[in-house]
Amino acid sequence: MKIDYEAIGLKVGLEVHQELDTRHKLFCHCPPKLFREEPEYTFVRRLRPSQSELGEVDPAALFEFLKGKTIVYEANRETSCLVEMDEEPPGPLNDEALDICLTFALMVGAQPVDEVHVMRKIVVDGSNTTGFQRTCVVALGGEIEVEGKRIHLEQICLEEDAARKIAEEGGVVRYRIDRLGIPLIEVTTAPEIGSPSEARKVAHAIGRILRATGRVRRGLGTIRQDLNISIRGGALIEIKGVQELDLVEKVVEYEAMRQLRLLEIAEELRSRGLKPEDLEGLEPVDVSDLFRETRCRILRRELKRKGRIYALRLPRFGGLLGRELCPGRRLGTEMADRAKFWGGVEGILHTDELPGYDITAEEVEALRRRVDAEPGDAVVIVAGEAERCRRALKAVLERAVEALEGVPSETRAANPDGTTHYTRPRPGPARMYPETDVVSIPITEERLRRLRENLPEMPEEKLRRFMEEYKLNEKLARQIIDSEYTALFEEIARSLKVSPTLIAVTLTETLKSLSREGVRVDLIGDDALREIFKLIEEGAMMKEAIPDVLTWLAEHPDSTAREALRELGLELLSREELEAIIKAKIEENIKLLKERGPRAFGPLMGRVMSEVRGRANPAEVQEILRTLISERLKGLEG
Amino acid sequence: MPNLQGYRGPLRELLERSGVDVGDLIRVEKGGRIYEGYLMPRLETADEWHLVLKLRSGYNIGVAYEPSMRVTRLGAAVKPEFRPPPLPEQRSGLPKVSIISTGGTIASRVDYITGGVHAAISSRDLLSIVPELADIALVEADILYSLFSENIEAQHWSGMARKVAEKIKSGAEGVVITHGTDTMGYSAAALSFALRNLPVPVIFVGSQRSSDRPSSDAATNLIGAVTAAAYAPFAEVVVAMHETTSDTSIALHRGTKVRKCHTSSRYAFRSVNARPIARVVKGRVEMIAEDYRPRGDGELELQDRFDERVALIKFHPGFNPSLIEWLVDEGYRGIILEGTGLGHVSSKCYGPLRRAVKEGLIVGMTSQCLWGRVNMNVYTTGRELQQIGVEPLGDMLPETALVKLMWALGVSSSREEALELMRRNIAGEYSDRTLYEEVRP
Repeated sequence: MKIDYEAIGLKVGLEVHQELDTRHKLFCHCPPKLFREEPEYTFVRRLRPSQSELGEVDPAALFEFLKGKTIVYEANRETSCLVEMDEEPPGPLNDEALDICLTFALMVGAQPVDEVHVMRKIVVDGSNTTGFQRTCVVALGGEIEVEGKRIHLEQICLEEDAARKIAEEGGVVRYRIDRLGIPLIEVTTAPEIGSPSEARKVAHAIGRILRATGRVRRGLGTIRQDLNISIRGGALIEIKGVQELDLVEKVVEYEAMRQLRLLEIAEELRSRGLKPEDLEGLEPVDVSDLFRETRCRILRRELKRKGRIYALRLPRFGGLLGRELCPGRRLGTEMADRAKFWGGVEGILHTDELPGYDITAEEVEALRRRVDAEPGDAVVIVAGEAERCRRALKAVLERAVEALEGVPSETRAANPDGTTHYTRPRPGPARMYPETDVVSIPITEERLRRLRENLPEMPEEKLRRFMEEYKLNEKLARQIIDSEYTALFEEIARSLKVSPTLIAVTLTETLKSLSREGVRVDLIGDDALREIFKLIEEGAMMKEAIPDVLTWLAEHPDSTAREALRELGLELLSREELEAIIKAKIEENIKLLKERGPRAFGPLMGRVMSEVRGRANPAEVQEILRTLISERLKGLEG
Repeated sequence: MPNLQGYRGPLRELLERSGVDVGDLIRVEKGGRIYEGYLMPRLETADEWHLVLKLRSGYNIGVAYEPSMRVTRLGAAVKPEFRPPPLPEQRSGLPKVSIISTGGTIASRVDYITGGVHAAISSRDLLSIVPELADIALVEADILYSLFSENIEAQHWSGMARKVAEKIKSGAEGVVITHGTDTMGYSAAALSFALRNLPVPVIFVGSQRSSDRPSSDAATNLIGAVTAAAYAPFAEVVVAMHETTSDTSIALHRGTKVRKCHTSSRYAFRSVNARPIARVVKGRVEMIAEDYRPRGDGELELQDRFDERVALIKFHPGFNPSLIEWLVDEGYRGIILEGTGLGHVSSKCYGPLRRAVKEGLIVGMTSQCLWGRVNMNVYTTGRELQQIGVEPLGDMLPETALVKLMWALGVSSSREEALELMRRNIAGEYSDRTLYEEVRP
């Protein structure tokens, strides 16, 4: 389906979060790094919503608590201290991180605030040990230009990154606190983006300027996008955690589609004559006895575990639960999300997909009779512990009420295919209050002057300079500027006598194609990359060996490139070794030599190279081979 | 009088002229820039040149003063109003527990606009904030003081002791005292001595993370304290705080053996030269000590007088002995020394100490090592100090020794009587055996 985005009033705002490359974390002196080993210690906490003076408890906050979640935190001593454990008050705001944010602000023409105030934003999913995220506005306004269109920025914030979720099972969530406290810049655009492709371009443009500061971290998860998407008549939907830039476009496209379809469904429900009061007072009904003999495995399993089966009639919803909103997502899926979240059940079944799942037509008929469903009604069933079933169906009913209204305001998270799922209701506005443990920081004119005098070049200037200074073609220059390796490229190209084009190709195309093959290139450190080019400069490694070395390094992230060469048998052959190999090859093919004389050089060169490729310089092979052939021919004549 | 909390100087004048109050929605125009938001109070300790604005996004920023700045009022402040959530149903047949508040922020609400934290200590507030309490005990709460713990003095210990006595008389089966953590150990020691023949447990409780935070230890500590007050088999004064950094266990430390040993962590409170008496895990009291004073029906005896003319002196290299002379001149009645190692101070102190003892002061010796007991028979210095009349105080904590001497002097009619009390184990302040401890903070 082709959507006219202008006609439907699509409005997208982006929040780009990028980790900063600072010496230490935002509020303590821990290094901003992650650990892969087993944790040295763990601790257990629970969070509870705090009460505001207005007597309101954030509904999302309250709910997370009521779910009775236990949080297990994993840590080691290298990457976290008592500050991350919420056992020590935060230290002062990291000046280095503030400078990077201010630099970005000045690059995009934003107005730095006169005094920075750190706030606490309540987040009780456990990703912050404190139960809030520390965050502050550093600058307001600013704009970027994307293909001639100006996109305004609303604000630039500096905040602490959250802990990494490792697992969730039953009522226990595991988080690792190494990432907690790593400085993040958050760039928020105005909701002025009008199409999916524009959203992608804006995200790219912001990423480029961020990287131009030369002070951002790279690797999986170091940049994340949140999207705020609405269409006319729809609702503002916040989509969290889009890690890949290339997914932005799909997410916007699918969300616009989803809202559009939800509006169509609301229209259809109204035209079927459904009134809000028709959905009042509907109660879940225990229908377990109807399925005593069922062949449906899902239901049988629950009954065996002494679970119950409950049903809910949804008047006039027939055919709508199965209607697709975006690929693979139906209204029924939305209801299932809610049922899982609020009721903890495994999913729902509904009459739009029944008979099916080994539920027979007779069973469906009995079900419809039991709940007095008329033709045109839908029936939803869930299985599990009785209380959970009731909670789940209550959530389904709430979702049905919302379906009549249109698009419910939600926070959603992106799936890998660009579709999204429900995560929680949108948090209320009353969840931010001052972080009284951190003193406010005035931004002096002197500080801004110093930063203004040292502003890094903007991506477009850099592009021109790269083409000129390093003789890169435009495509390659763009690629390297769009990559996370811009600064590293320039550093290597300046310090080593290696072709800048080779460096650029390696850091862009080679890494990208390896990544596509599933190689974890994000695990390869800067030092290993530098070493590869150093070895090439010294003549100790052939450029043909680069992909193999990179692949090996991704599998052995703590090793050196020299170790990779050794392990892979790609160390260059010495002249003696090479001569021995070539001599042997000549003897193997002595017949060929006798027949063809000097013209045997071509085929022989091919055969030698297939043996020594990546381990010898072809020019050297050529030279030795020529000498040895002529010597051997002389021998034959003599 | 406008409400312009924290604003001073020309900025305050400007705000007054503009007729705005803290909380109002205002517009600030300055050098071509416009800011809109709610005017926030300014910290009294911050500079006078920035006004604090809460933007509509919820973020605060500071806007620097300029003479040409213009401030306009767009809307009036919305007075925050507290509407407590419905109270949980109080179950009948539960033990009656009295909660006495002396300060600290164990139960409080945050004002999301200013970030200020307000005490919430009526029974209603407590139950609405920690509804779990309703399932544990029949809770009744009183405000006795609202003090930071550094402002608590001996008179407040007496006040607490009397309040506890009153509550026990009116049928409390356990008493909880909420307290700021800094001096909670001293108060717990004080009540350990003041409440003689105690029939029910008295549980001190505090929090190391204020209760406005989702991660606060306040609710878990309070739930642990109320559980202990309602169900613990012992009738002693204890401190209930996190045992470790996890929210899974609340340790109950004997009031005479407990000390705050960390500035900020949840597990700051430690029993020194003893193990906690018990812990609360999964809603149940697990006893650790075998030797404790059981609950009883005896008549509580109140001995709530403290004499504050006692000093705690830490000896150190370069210590000036005339400090001791000064205390004698000032009319002090007792000195607790925090000596080095097994209980030593420099021989330069002998003269002043001799004079102190001669003038009737009680001088007790504790160790700045904290762990282990003093022994003044091992080295000459120790033997000489004993000869002078310095009293070795075994493995008693210096702070407990201080409080005990205040109490002993307060309740005795003679020096000898007080000294006799100091030597006797009154409330578990001495232990006979020092056990091996694998982990120390």
